[in-house]
Amino acid sequence: QNDGYRTLSLSGHVGFGSLPDQLVKKSTKQGFCFNILCIGETGSGKSTLINSLFNTNFDDPVSMHFLPSVRLRAQTYELQESNVLLKLTIVNTVGFGDQINKEDSYQPIVDYIDAQFEAYLQEELKIKRSLFSYHDTRIHVCLYFISPTGHSLKTLDLLTMKSLDNKVNIIPIIGKADSISKTELQKFKNKIMSELASNGVQIYQFPTDDEAVSKINTIMNGHLPFAVVGSTEEVKIGNKMVRARQYPWGIVQVENENHCDFVKLREMLICTNMEDLREQTHARHYELYRRCRLEEMGFRDIGPENKPVSLQEAYEAKRHEFYLEMQRKEEGMRQQFVQRVKEKEVMLKEAEQQIQTKFEHRMLMHQEVKLKLERKKKVLEDEIAMFVEKKANAESLQSQASVSTPVISLKRDKDRK
Amino acid sequence: PYAGPVESRNEAAMSELVQEPRQKPVVPMKPVGINANLLGYIGIDTIIEQMRKKTMKTGFDFNIMVVGQSGLGKSTLVNTLFKSQVSRKSSGWNREEKIPKTVEIKAIGHVIEEGGVKMKLTVIDTPGFGDQINNENCWEPIEKYINEQYEKFLKEEVNIARKKRIPDTRVHCCLYFISPTGHSLRPLDLEFMKHLSKVVNIIPVIAKADTMTLEEKSEFKQRVRKELEVNGIEFYPQKEFDEDLEDKTENDKIRQESMPFAVVGSDKEYQVNGKRVLGRKTPWGIIEVENLTHCEFALLRDFVIRTHLQDLKEVTHNIHYETYRAKRLNDNGGLPPMAVETEENNESNL
Repeated sequence: QNDGYRTLSLSGHVGFGSLPDQLVKKSTKQGFCFNILCIGETGSGKSTLINSLFNTNFDDPVSMHFLPSVRLRAQTYELQESNVLLKLTIVNTVGFGDQINKEDSYQPIVDYIDAQFEAYLQEELKIKRSLFSYHDTRIHVCLYFISPTGHSLKTLDLLTMKSLDNKVNIIPIIGKADSISKTELQKFKNKIMSELASNGVQIYQFPTDDEAVSKINTIMNGHLPFAVVGSTEEVKIGNKMVRARQYPWGIVQVENENHCDFVKLREMLICTNMEDLREQTHARHYELYRRCRLEEMGFRDIGPENKPVSLQEAYEAKRHEFYLEMQRKEEGMRQQFVQRVKEKEVMLKEAEQQIQTKFEHRMLMHQEVKLKLERKKKVLEDEIAMFVEKKANAESLQSQASVSTPVISLKRDKDRK
Repeated sequence: PYAGPVESRNEAAMSELVQEPRQKPVVPMKPVGINANLLGYIGIDTIIEQMRKKTMKTGFDFNIMVVGQSGLGKSTLVNTLFKSQVSRKSSGWNREEKIPKTVEIKAIGHVIEEGGVKMKLTVIDTPGFGDQINNENCWEPIEKYINEQYEKFLKEEVNIARKKRIPDTRVHCCLYFISPTGHSLRPLDLEFMKHLSKVVNIIPVIAKADTMTLEEKSEFKQRVRKELEVNGIEFYPQKEFDEDLEDKTENDKIRQESMPFAVVGSDKEYQVNGKRVLGRKTPWGIIEVENLTHCEFALLRDFVIRTHLQDLKEVTHNIHYETYRAKRLNDNGGLPPMAVETEENNESNL
């Protein structure tokens, strides 16, 4: 266990015995996350039990039976006890078991659990990541509520638990257990456990490897599934107010171990194994999800020639591929762009040509018209010149005639002319 | 899915290679925080005990490196810190042994136990540092070793089938030994700390502090602190990693008054005032190692072991390792030769 390291003995007090305290102090500062998933039919007592477990009224709205499909509703609460801050998330299945056709009942649940693993995996794969401040939403425990029929598990129960048992820690619970008598209860419990075993459903086993808790955990393992009763009302017993359900024939006390296993559940879930549930989720269920997911993506630890291929190399290879693809696409786009520009250029050149032709044509026409006009002008000018000449001639003749003849005879001459 | 931060286009995260996940149910994925009032004791605070028990079962790793010229008392100090022979003292270079041409890295691991807590302690010695005539780049083998440990861890972390507990060989703390010249830091000291403070937690200590008087000590410390500040050397505990006001006040006091710790080491015991104490015997008196009026060994011990050991590991893991990882996954960005080699191999494979 020491990996071949020599053990040395200390000759005095060093002080690293405080190391667990240092670690715990840091974790306390950051706070803890705990996420519970409750699966059970509408009216099986899920919300009441959670309220009872955490001694609070979590204010969950009551749901109807007519929902078309199963939905999951998550609520996070911050609870503080002494200096411990707990971020508690309760996920409820709404509408579970209500549909006529229940084929799709458990898939939304599986998807939800996977989605939380996926979110964590994505964060873990990021280049710049912040895992130590990540709000862990992975489901640490699944409380599966079995209806207190007294007979056996329903098919839906078996199918659902079978599809979840390698993804989450399952603790089966018999809800509203005050409707079963003691003798019927033990038979019912045995039937359930044997059915789970014969169908190969792996439920969460309270750990028995640590001597401190092994004894109590072994005993508790034998009490599964826990038959619980929850209550949000209090009744006065003796001189204390206790959570209880009042019937005409008596009072069922939630915290009385003779009446139900509520105290056992609380003990196991919170006081003894909360940390183990978290650890199993991370070290077992999440690792399995991660492994399957990475293999799905095409990564392998062993390459084609049976040589170990590091995920990093595979990733870098893929990244290079991706980079080449990106370059190719960029090149394609660039060429497209160049093509478009060329086409536009050609179009513009053609248009330019057209305009040029039109212009020249117009210029020609303009020239022609101008020539015509100039000719006309010349003709008119010639006419004017001729007329001026005539006028000049006439005037000169007139002036000659006026010198030799009197005016009257001029007039007569003029008339005669 | 999870409402995480929006990545910029330049950050080619591995997650971008992931195909679109299967269709999700219509649910609000991001939980909303609500404060609930507890009406009675539940037992949530027992998680502290549960956690403590688990960590005690798994045990702790701690890797401490000592750097400094020969003869500054590195091995003695580490042995005094951990009250056992965790480091083998080199009694100078014999005529048969040659002075190493470069800096050697020697890592020796031991398991020690106290108060039910098992610790796998590895002391990494660096013989040859600063001992050559030409000490240029003598920090490079050390930087290379530190990065190799980050690389080892990264390789394990990135495996598909990973170990339950990845063995941690990363250097959590590097004690740098300053010669008690009484004047100032040497160029070699500054160069080393400038380079290495970016990759590992450096704790500077003034070695063989019994050669300085109280005034000389205090002046020297002030000068060293000033020089470190002027040269932009961030030693542990780094200011930027103080988590809250409580940390800051505590660490400020250590940074501005106590550090660098002026220490004396010894593995010999003497009788002083009826008690057996660790000390050094001189003609003019016995220097008690664990006496705060004589030297600051006890402060160093408490600082490294009793209060900040876990924090040293966390800063190494959450900050130095993450920096290395980000650089490595982002196409090398100027890492030492080892990384370049891998890149070349990749090119040839493709």
